[in-house]
Amino acid sequence: MSTQLISERALARSRTLRARLVGALGPLTMLGGVAWAFLQPYRLTVLHPHGQGFWWLLVQPPLLVVGVGIVFALAIAPGLIEDLEDDAATR
Amino acid sequence: MQPPAEHVHWLFATGFLLLGLCLLARAIVGAEVWDRRAWRAYLWPSLLFGLGVLMWPVMVFFTNSAIHMIAHSAWAQTMMLAGAAELGLLRGKLHARAWHLALPLALAVSGIALLVHEQNGWYFARAAFLHHALGWTALIGALFPLLSTFRPRARVLGAGLALTLVVVSVLLYSDRDVAPVFGHLSPLAGEPHR
Repeated sequence: MSTQLISERALARSRTLRARLVGALGPLTMLGGVAWAFLQPYRLTVLHPHGQGFWWLLVQPPLLVVGVGIVFALAIAPGLIEDLEDDAATR
Repeated sequence: MQPPAEHVHWLFATGFLLLGLCLLARAIVGAEVWDRRAWRAYLWPSLLFGLGVLMWPVMVFFTNSAIHMIAHSAWAQTMMLAGAAELGLLRGKLHARAWHLALPLALAVSGIALLVHEQNGWYFARAAFLHHALGWTALIGALFPLLSTFRPRARVLGAGLALTLVVVSVLLYSDRDVAPVFGHLSPLAGEPHR
């Protein structure tokens, strides 16, 4: 096997690993938010909304973390993985 | 209709978490791939600039002492400066690499402001503990973008900055108006309300 082929395969493996890492960031963040909600359910006022004020119902930290994960996973990660693959194909 | 101070901290934590994730992804794929789409290249400096702009109403409506107000305005100014410098470099309006130093400056000034404006010890209350922890995190975290200015391709430095912002976000999410920290709460801090 030529050294060029070996280095190309190593490069491809590294790109796959990077694409997986980028793809995992959003779901891991969401998982963090869900785990937090289970650990501190009292921080989710939606579970006991009676008597809560506007801001307590709007700003619920575990849901905000899940929201950031969703935004990243849907709006940022797909295009980034696509560009990473395009970059690999053009080299 | 004004939100409690802790809610404001949580909203800023959300902004820092998104910023940290963007910078982490940028460190993983490299700046060349990240900057392939213009909107993505502008995303993180715009977020940073936006967080700086949003710090002004916090300074106006949520500060109750001069030192508190000065600290918040220092964060607002340095975050806007760092975001604007990165935007200027991206756009080509700024050319000198030294403008990248605005980011470590923002973190260092923020760290010093946090440490200086917290008048109580670590275990006075959770907010005091978080101010100390945030201050040292920002000061130590400033080393990553500082070194990155001289070694821009070092991904570990980019990842270090991103993780610093994620830690900042976790600390901000932990904030409560009056709450104990590791079982400690000074009687002078007031009654924990929730």
